[in-house]
Amino acid sequence: MSAVQPDKSKLYHRQVPATWWLKKSTYFLFMLRELSSLFIALFLVLYLVQLYQLTDGPQAYVAFAHKLSSPGWLLFHLVVLLFALYHSFTWFQSTAVILVLRIGDRVIPREIVTALNIGAWGLISLVILVLFLALKG
Amino acid sequence: MFREKTTEPLWWGLFSAGGVIAAFLVPIHVIIAGFAVPLNWISDPGILYRSWLVRIYLFVLISLPLYHWAHRFYFAVNDMQLGIPRKPLALLCYGGAVVGTLVAGWVLARL
Repeated sequence: MSAVQPDKSKLYHRQVPATWWLKKSTYFLFMLRELSSLFIALFLVLYLVQLYQLTDGPQAYVAFAHKLSSPGWLLFHLVVLLFALYHSFTWFQSTAVILVLRIGDRVIPREIVTALNIGAWGLISLVILVLFLALKG
Repeated sequence: MFREKTTEPLWWGLFSAGGVIAAFLVPIHVIIAGFAVPLNWISDPGILYRSWLVRIYLFVLISLPLYHWAHRFYFAVNDMQLGIPRKPLALLCYGGAVVGTLVAGWVLARL
């Protein structure tokens, strides 16, 4: 494979400052979208740490959940929620670009595909909430 | 180079699956675990995690978005041009997701 690679020393590289993504709002939003994945991952790791408390019994788990009611953790979860919603919305938008739905010969507009995704998201969220309430004991 | 090219579809597939899981499932879980349970809107004594089905669901919920993070974070940090070498960064990101998967499986199996 390396034989077909061009000689790197002969390639032209335009110098881009490390702050390029702060120069334009669309670049900045792109970077926020990419970084949303970090906040989602941090939330899931924290959730796993909370679940791990169950190995010390239900009291440890409840006590850990109670600690998360401090202003700092609430702010953390608010930031996570905003990033998670931004990820969902941008994901549904890009799904609409990739997933071209048709009725007969007519292509369904992207806005409608995005709206269908958002509708499915709302329904799934409601089902998870109802199942959680039904199973939590 | 050759190895990187053959494993890319795997990582991209995991990234994509993780993106779907994160988009559809994560916001409601943030509301439940980040607000509703800590603020006592909903009491959760932890009983539902005894169910194997719930644990398998949680394994998918937690592990797949880690690959989504790995893929996006790797390329975002590269794009930021911070001068961080690519190979160690890739190892940290994708390796981190694999370690996270194993830890999640271990924790959930022990509950």
